[in-house]
Amino acid sequence: MTTIAEMPAGFADKVLSAQSTFRSVMDAMARPGSVQRVAADVGTPAGMMRGSAAIALTLFDHDTPIWLDAAMSATPDVARWLKFHASAPVIADSSIASFALIGDAANLPALERFAFGSSEYPDRSTTLILQVDSLTQGPAFELKGPGIDGSAVLQAMIKPRDLFQRLSINEALFPRGIDVVLVHDDKIVAIPRTTRLIASGV
Amino acid sequence: MNAPAYNFAYLDEQTKRMIRRAILKAIAIPGYQVPFASREMPMPYGWGTGGVQVTAAILGPDDVLKVIDQGSDDTTNAISIRKFFGKTAGVATTTSTTDATVIQTRHRIPEATLHAGQVMVYQVPIPEPLRFLEPRETETRRMHALAEYGLMHVKLYEDIARFGHIATAYAYPVKVNARYVMDPSPTPKFDNPKMDNCAALQLFGAGREKRIYAIPPYTTVVSLDFEDHPFTRYRFNAPCALCGADNSYLDEIVTDDKGGRMFVCSDTDFCEQRQAAGHHGTESAAPHKEKAHV
Repeated sequence: MTTIAEMPAGFADKVLSAQSTFRSVMDAMARPGSVQRVAADVGTPAGMMRGSAAIALTLFDHDTPIWLDAAMSATPDVARWLKFHASAPVIADSSIASFALIGDAANLPALERFAFGSSEYPDRSTTLILQVDSLTQGPAFELKGPGIDGSAVLQAMIKPRDLFQRLSINEALFPRGIDVVLVHDDKIVAIPRTTRLIASGV
Repeated sequence: MNAPAYNFAYLDEQTKRMIRRAILKAIAIPGYQVPFASREMPMPYGWGTGGVQVTAAILGPDDVLKVIDQGSDDTTNAISIRKFFGKTAGVATTTSTTDATVIQTRHRIPEATLHAGQVMVYQVPIPEPLRFLEPRETETRRMHALAEYGLMHVKLYEDIARFGHIATAYAYPVKVNARYVMDPSPTPKFDNPKMDNCAALQLFGAGREKRIYAIPPYTTVVSLDFEDHPFTRYRFNAPCALCGADNSYLDEIVTDDKGGRMFVCSDTDFCEQRQAAGHHGTESAAPHKEKAHV
């Protein structure tokens, strides 16, 4: 059991670390497929990568219910750390979560279990934060959509392997949908609901 | 000096998180107006409280901020917002469009082409393009949900029926990413084509109406029109009297009470750069009388 004294630290500088992390996430969201770096110094509870921890401290608070997958909730460390540093409620019902933290992306639940928002309020959707094996090496994914000048190529080791096929539901549901932030270590890539897969290769 | 009385960039961290979440949703759903818990700011509504909150939420110590009011860097609104962030965030400020990383604007888009990595922040008075056609929020929200935009085309058609052309000259409605009809804020329609496929990220903040919306870079933005009445830009038929530019948006300056007037660039930075490069206009109020409508 972790006591408060043993708990990993949050940001070294709350204000400026949150600002620089947000700009990385905003740039990632505005330029889907591009790899952005989180520069901020941040402590990480077991199972959480630096990028996910920094995003959590930047965007989570008492207004944002958080859902953790089995890997993230294997030990109480992550939930305690989130409660202490972000005061974010950790909930069991993924369909009302603002954010879902996925540590074991291979066992990502069906997307229908998360919130897509409504046609009137498509912003009331769950944003997935998905930890993956690599965002610089692996199969190539060619993407298009708003934020992309023509097409963009992302090289990544992503589980589940059919992630982009699953995300094609965003096309049918738009403007409802799921936004995804892929994280590996301190690198992040955003796949907002407007991004479409053109082709995937080896 | 005493200990700083404000947090970095004025807003408290919880407010910034809330605004930042709204900005991310706005980018993910281009043209959709995301509701946010707009705060009271130390300036009246109409002076850019929405734009200021968006700028405060994104601004970092390395940013270079430019603020324009109707194209001008030198008006009260622009100077006071620039000083506000100089004081509360200690950021560098500039009047140069190319040097700025964040440009907050009230109703103009600079003449110089924006580049990737820049963020435009628009101050928006009334974010709902359908508001003057349908006053009920419940109804306009459903119209957006169903992409039911016939009413807007009826409005443009009525312009044609009454005036013979689409008389809407500013806040000219656009369709973003072939889905949402959006109010580009009261920019002259001259600026509308600059929004299309723009390399910079465009964020819109409406403080009183509590909405944030966005256009990601490289996104299609189409001004609504008809096949037989295509969208046209409008500019006074004159070169700038100071720098001679014949492709910039012009302000009309009345110089006496005998009908004399000058046309000068609305974008002061653009005009100054051209003058510094050796371009000169006539500096005369006389020769360019507006042509009579035939």
